[in-house]
Amino acid sequence: MAEPMKIRATLQGDVADVRILMLHPMETGQRKDSKGQVVPMHFIQSVVVTHNGKTVLDTQWSQAVSRNPFLGLRIKGAKAGDKIGVTWVDNKGDKRTDEVTVTPAS
Amino acid sequence: MNIARRTFLKLTGGAGALAAACAAGLVSSGRVLAANWNKTGFESKALADVMKSLGATGATESKDIIITAPDIAENGAVVPVAITSKLPNTQQISIVAEKNPFPLAATFDVSGGGEGYVSARIKMGQTSDVWAVVKADGKYFTARKEIKITVGGCG
Repeated sequence: MAEPMKIRATLQGDVADVRILMLHPMETGQRKDSKGQVVPMHFIQSVVVTHNGKTVLDTQWSQAVSRNPFLGLRIKGAKAGDKIGVTWVDNKGDKRTDEVTVTPAS
Repeated sequence: MNIARRTFLKLTGGAGALAAACAAGLVSSGRVLAANWNKTGFESKALADVMKSLGATGATESKDIIITAPDIAENGAVVPVAITSKLPNTQQISIVAEKNPFPLAATFDVSGGGEGYVSARIKMGQTSDVWAVVKADGKYFTARKEIKITVGGCG
């Protein structure tokens, strides 16, 4: 099953700086294994980021996004304690959702 | 990775019936979520086709889009790219690596209240221009930056 994501959301003024690290092989379908067989495509197609349940970022990805993808974004009008949810879905239908709360800048 | 081994693991996984039911559920919901996935765009091999699929043919260049990326990336498998759009009412940001086998790398829809900023890491097969295509206020704008690649990351 999918590994948990690492998400960090820190507040800077009224903007939350969100950094997400997903663990995923992101196979392009172009690489060959040691036996010379093409490794089939396996990549995250869609990532949805929500702020207190409201979608703020809806992404569509191709296989050209790097292995163990990183995603950074900023959310306006955030407060400490707000919930940031992240859901990804890959081309095999596997998915993973994780949630964090926004922490004040230290 | 050995495909036969993967299948073997799946088949022998405990509580087979339950796992299969779960998998079926996941697959169907995954399809629903990925329904608006821009298949034509992601499968296009030429820059012009990608622009067409985004509806961005004839987009104007803008200095209000800033691409933050290294001039020279040693490893094409991990090229950090950040795009900042200062255009008012930014709705969508796409990253396109011109000379990749499939140029369109990612599309970010920020119309729900996110700021005009995204960063991600992409793979690049060779030295090429990276385009940022931004949809703001219903119009399309582009910016580009050449990134030199020492070792390609598509192999």
